[in-house]
Amino acid sequence: MAVLQMQKIHICALKSNRKKILEELQKRGVVQIEDGGGEDEVFHKADTTALRAESERNRQSALEALAVLNRYAPEKKGLLSSLEGKKELTDRQYQEGEEQSGRTLKMICRILNLDKSIAEEHAARTRAETNLEALRPWLGLDVPMNYAGTRMAAAFVGAMPGQWNEESILEAVAREAPDISAFSVEVLGRDRDQTCLFAVCARDEAGQLEDALRLNGFVRPQLMTDQVPADYAAVLEKEAAEHDRAAEAAVKELENLAAERDNIEFAADYYTMEAEKYRVLGEMLQSEHAFFVEGYTPKRSAASLKEGLEKRFTCQVELTDVPEDEDAPVLLHNNAFSAPTEGVVESFGLPAKGEVDPTGVMAFFYYFLFGLMLGDAAYGLLMVIGCAFALKKYPNMGSGIKKMLQMFLYCGISTTFWGVMFGSYFGDAVTVISETFFHRAVTIPALWFEPLDDPMKLLMFSFLFGIIHLFTGLGVKGYMLLKARQVMDFFCSVVLWYMLLIGLILMLLPSEMFASMAGVSFVFPGWLSELAKWMAIIGAVGIVLMSARDKKNIAVRLALGAYDLYGASSWLSDVLSYSRLLALGLATGVIASVINTMASMLGDGIVSAIGFTLIFIVGHTLNIAINLLGAYVHTNRLQFVEFFGKFYEGGGKGFRPFSAGSNKYFKFKEEN
Amino acid sequence: MDMSNLGLLLALLGAVSAALFAGIGSAYGVGLAGRAGAGAITENPDLFSKVLILQLLPGTQGIYGLLVAFVTLVQTGLLGGGAETMDTATGLMYFVACLPIAIVGLISAIYQGQTSVAAINVVTKKPDQFGKAMLFPAMVETYAILALLISILAVFSL
Repeated sequence: MAVLQMQKIHICALKSNRKKILEELQKRGVVQIEDGGGEDEVFHKADTTALRAESERNRQSALEALAVLNRYAPEKKGLLSSLEGKKELTDRQYQEGEEQSGRTLKMICRILNLDKSIAEEHAARTRAETNLEALRPWLGLDVPMNYAGTRMAAAFVGAMPGQWNEESILEAVAREAPDISAFSVEVLGRDRDQTCLFAVCARDEAGQLEDALRLNGFVRPQLMTDQVPADYAAVLEKEAAEHDRAAEAAVKELENLAAERDNIEFAADYYTMEAEKYRVLGEMLQSEHAFFVEGYTPKRSAASLKEGLEKRFTCQVELTDVPEDEDAPVLLHNNAFSAPTEGVVESFGLPAKGEVDPTGVMAFFYYFLFGLMLGDAAYGLLMVIGCAFALKKYPNMGSGIKKMLQMFLYCGISTTFWGVMFGSYFGDAVTVISETFFHRAVTIPALWFEPLDDPMKLLMFSFLFGIIHLFTGLGVKGYMLLKARQVMDFFCSVVLWYMLLIGLILMLLPSEMFASMAGVSFVFPGWLSELAKWMAIIGAVGIVLMSARDKKNIAVRLALGAYDLYGASSWLSDVLSYSRLLALGLATGVIASVINTMASMLGDGIVSAIGFTLIFIVGHTLNIAINLLGAYVHTNRLQFVEFFGKFYEGGGKGFRPFSAGSNKYFKFKEEN
Repeated sequence: MDMSNLGLLLALLGAVSAALFAGIGSAYGVGLAGRAGAGAITENPDLFSKVLILQLLPGTQGIYGLLVAFVTLVQTGLLGGGAETMDTATGLMYFVACLPIAIVGLISAIYQGQTSVAAINVVTKKPDQFGKAMLFPAMVETYAILALLISILAVFSL
């Protein structure tokens, strides 16, 4: 259990090496670069906003191009592909990718353009189709749409709203223009709300006819062309087909470009790193020929970093201890057993300055309590198998999810252990199956006892585990105080509390009340009872007198001390809170047996066996899901509220190194 | 009316109340949190798993109710056979034993649902604060667990 010791690092180097050095730092990802501070006459900060924005833009384009590729040529992905993690990248691949970045950028533009042109082609095709649709009622016309007639005859092509036939048009025209001598009308076609017609009359009576038609709503067609409608329709059809072909070709090209996916993914990451680099560059102080990098780095890798940099580049690397008044960023480092629960600690808060990393102590209790709450050997085994399989199959998965799976792996082991102790394998499945299908009850006996037979016993043990957990928390507080050489604080807020609490517990144990509740009676020798009494009294008096010892006023001091003593009641509620160990443990077992009972209601036989299997699988899947969630949430709660409440506040700032960590697709191969 | 089965009826009433009221509470709580969760997902689909966990938190009361109901049914012999008669006093005792989880389950699930909504809001704005956000609804759950404990212990000791 440890917070890694940090050192301050100062790098001073020639500007000519700037790119290489920053790349090296980014690749190693072990330095958190800090703002270089104020500028002066010699040292300035470069304004990299524009460059950074450009990188961001390129990154965005790359991501968009990938989205386009995924739309037209989706990548085949497995169900668990989100576990795959980032691909590994060697130095050579990085260099090649960087050299090719111009070409890749062109490819990205090409993809985005293709996507745009596909959309345009689709729009053009829709336009052609709309025109074709509008042309349909005119297809009977065998002169061009804008045909105006001959020298002697005037022709009108147009439409009137509503449904007409030749007769009704003739009637209407005759009514509006009785003087007209001769004219002819031909109905070309109709659609829902108009009638398309062709009318001819003598040229000198054209005005009269047109007026008469207009009075009935006659308008010229919207589609004016000098082509015969049938010919024009053919042209439109050809156009639509051409747009289709163009879109298809673009899709085809996109599908071929899918081979570039890796390069584009690299580009997305490359520009992510570039943007990050420009951000850091904007914070560094630079003179005409030199530049400075200032930051934090973990002590254990500092020396090799210094050596590596100084060997490759002309530069000066200086390592100093972090000054007292600075809060160094926090990076946790734990052994394989407890490291998986680092995520739990992080989600509460990293240790602040002067606090110890609680991960190591917590991990054991975490697995222990989780297993107790889930408490079924078969469920635990399923967890172990599932997590082990995923960890083995996807070695490259992200570190966060990896830790989580490892944590559930250990929790699964603990769950299996408690399941065996309590004789629970899918609840009482063994008994139910043997009774239903083989008519002979077989039971795997519990190694310890079955909680359903004696819930009081498990409740008492839950409280016992709780007290051990809480006392450990208080112990860690004592350790921290001793480490900070606050012996007086250690005595007043740790030792006195231990005395009071242990005294009270020892007084409670032989009492009749406890015996009637727990069904076990303790008989202590007289001296022990006497000792318990005095421990409790000394502890209580000590707390009243000492807990507010910085207050001068005696009355205030005693009042605050008494208030502190009242905190003993919070210990009581903290311990009672561990009753959830029993409640959740029972919940798993009882729901499991509900499922088994329901499944067995179908009776014996082949069909029933199939039904049994179905109900069994669905039911237990649901039960695992719900109780896994319950165990996870309540283990966290016991750690965060009850355990951390005794000694831990958190509030440290995490170590955020300058690295390729925000990459989506690639990570640098670790060299050691 | 034949009163000889009143005891059994009361015991059944207790078991049913446990499943009924705790279930109603959970349905309300999960529904409330689910609506907030759906809103959160439209903003940021990556939050799905976190929001789902928060949504499910008020769902446990219904399960506790089911648990007590089931234990009661088995203890009284209503499930698995053997239930013949029960005197009124015993039946009433079973009924009373079921009350804590029925009532506390109903009310705590509703409040837990509202707290889950608040926690979902936290996660929407600060996804990295999930661990802390989860604690608030989990605090409400404590009282459902205590009620469950008393109901179970009471039913078992009858």
